[in-house]
Amino acid sequence: MSRIDFDIAHLLAGLLVLISFLELYQDRLYALLNVFALHALVLAASVAWQAFIQDAPHLYVTAAIALVFKAIIIPVALHRIIVRLGIHREIEKVVGVGPAMLAGMGLVALSMVVMLRVTPGADPLAREDLAFALSVVLLGLLMMVTRRNAVGQVVGFMSLENGLVLAATGAKGMPLVVEISVAFSILIAFIVIGIFLFRIRERFDTVDVQALDRFRGER
Amino acid sequence: MAFDPLVGVLLVPAIAAALLAALPDYRATARLNVAATTLTLACALSLFFRRPQPGPYLLIDDLNGTFIVLTTFVGFTTSVFSASYIGHELEIGRLTPPFVRFYHAMYQVLMFAMNLALVANNIGLMWVAIELATLTTVLMVGIYRTHEALEAAWKYFILGSVGIALALFGTILVYMAARPVVGEGLDAMVWTVLVKRAGAFDPALLDVAFVFLLLGYGTKVGLAPLHAWLPDAHAEGPTPISAVLSGLLLNVALYALLRFKMLLAVNTAALAPGPLLVTLGLISLVFAAFMLYRRRDIKRLFAYSSIEHMGIIAFAFGMGGPLANFAGLLHMTMHSLTKSAIFFAVGHVAQVKGTQRIADIGGLTQTHPVLGWGLTLGVVAIAGLPPLGIFTSEFLVVSSTFARAPLLAIILVFGLLVGLAGLFLRLNGIAFGEPRGANAEAQASYAPMFAHLALVLAAGIYMPPALVAWFQNVAGLLG
Repeated sequence: MSRIDFDIAHLLAGLLVLISFLELYQDRLYALLNVFALHALVLAASVAWQAFIQDAPHLYVTAAIALVFKAIIIPVALHRIIVRLGIHREIEKVVGVGPAMLAGMGLVALSMVVMLRVTPGADPLAREDLAFALSVVLLGLLMMVTRRNAVGQVVGFMSLENGLVLAATGAKGMPLVVEISVAFSILIAFIVIGIFLFRIRERFDTVDVQALDRFRGER
Repeated sequence: MAFDPLVGVLLVPAIAAALLAALPDYRATARLNVAATTLTLACALSLFFRRPQPGPYLLIDDLNGTFIVLTTFVGFTTSVFSASYIGHELEIGRLTPPFVRFYHAMYQVLMFAMNLALVANNIGLMWVAIELATLTTVLMVGIYRTHEALEAAWKYFILGSVGIALALFGTILVYMAARPVVGEGLDAMVWTVLVKRAGAFDPALLDVAFVFLLLGYGTKVGLAPLHAWLPDAHAEGPTPISAVLSGLLLNVALYALLRFKMLLAVNTAALAPGPLLVTLGLISLVFAAFMLYRRRDIKRLFAYSSIEHMGIIAFAFGMGGPLANFAGLLHMTMHSLTKSAIFFAVGHVAQVKGTQRIADIGGLTQTHPVLGWGLTLGVVAIAGLPPLGIFTSEFLVVSSTFARAPLLAIILVFGLLVGLAGLFLRLNGIAFGEPRGANAEAQASYAPMFAHLALVLAAGIYMPPALVAWFQNVAGLLG
């Protein structure tokens, strides 16, 4: 593998981590959706690059799905849902920006330490891809934990899923799972947006998960 | 081409799901649902006689054969129970016909997904199947569309997807570990190949992979502290789904964990998965046993009891060895049968009383003797009293642990006793004493409940040698 191939793959994966951080401190839903679209765009570029250097044409399909579905359709659809339902445009967070960013940095450090230590034998590209992917996954988790809105959590989950796609495409020659897992991410997105948000809207005046929590527990 | 029962186990539910989604009439579809599960059960049983060779995607061996027969059997009895349960829900208007149609189709999709997860010979395919099962149950938990049901479904969805995501990451790591040894491509995700060659995998990578898989699938098993979704999902969904969740879906997730455990067992340099399972199992057991005391909702009560028993099963498999594995398998089977029987009873109880609040349910043995005594028998069984089957399996778990790790056995027995007392405290108010609450006529089908309890009782009194030999054989496979 030539030096430049490696560098570009590295750059794109690193960008993905960086954009995850950007998502972490957004406090407006529209801005969050825009950043998520960017996240998906970079993912598409990264997957396409992997397809190119691994000479694996089926990965272009994954890249196309990331581009069309995640970077365009989902953000637009969520935009419209927010407008139609009149959801509050601010994201309510459980913790402030500062602690969230610090926790995020800790998670990235953790994933570097874990993944780089256990994979000394693997080829360097797959290895660093995996470390980045784990960072994106953990940052997605953090985002889900620190958001109170349903939309915010869904975005967190989708960026977590982007991390998984990054890991799967970085693992050279991984069979069938890429396509299927992407198909499933579409299904998840459908279910979340179509059913949950509408049902929640039907019964509640906010799409704020805190409203759900009021009904928590025993009757 | 000759008929392949392995394909039948998958094809029957898939076709039935399509049919059920298309047909409008409730009575016809309820019968069709039962017919489909019967046929699936027949296919599963025929797997004992005709066993196809493992392919790159599907596999049948003694281990998953046991799980499949259990799954299809409980799926069949639950569909019988579901027919009468759903009929009542339609009558009182809690569900409308379009929702029933959706419910029946989803029931079959769930059966398909669970069977697929069990017969998958490919770790990627297995992951997809478990994800599909999660999604269908999320939809069914939310089917009543009340505040509580939506909250439960949302919580289940979020926690379930996070778990599933972590499991996928673990799956990818297993592939990464296998790739240098097995080579690129499909083979590096095929069970039969992986198990043969796992000795040469990178142990460090395998360790990390197992941690992710344990967290991921462990969430689906409902092991504490990853259990938060489980009580809500059990309490708010339709009761047949609670029965299937407790009796089957938890097992399927556990099965996935066991497969990966077998993989690690082959690799001597990798960490021993046993202590991790033992720890999580004991935490779940003790935690859930204490949680039994302050439950006010009857379905939540038994949901916590499920966490307790999954803890015992995980503990037994974590201990390993022929005897503990045998006990774990037996306990899993007995728990599936008993817990689904209890949920059958609880479903009808909630219907006649019009509530799930324990405070509003009382004196069942007087007002509805069959239902009340059925529930009592079920609770006696699940609490682990002799002569029922769960006593046998719990006794085996405890005695095998005493021989090897007395300290752990003390914690185990403590948890079991706390759980037992908690269950009886609640049962006393529900089944005996002054009748409380509404007194509607029970329109129940008791057959599934008593069939399960009869099996549990029979297993407690006399286990046929053939069955013992079979379980011993499977326990040996688990290592």
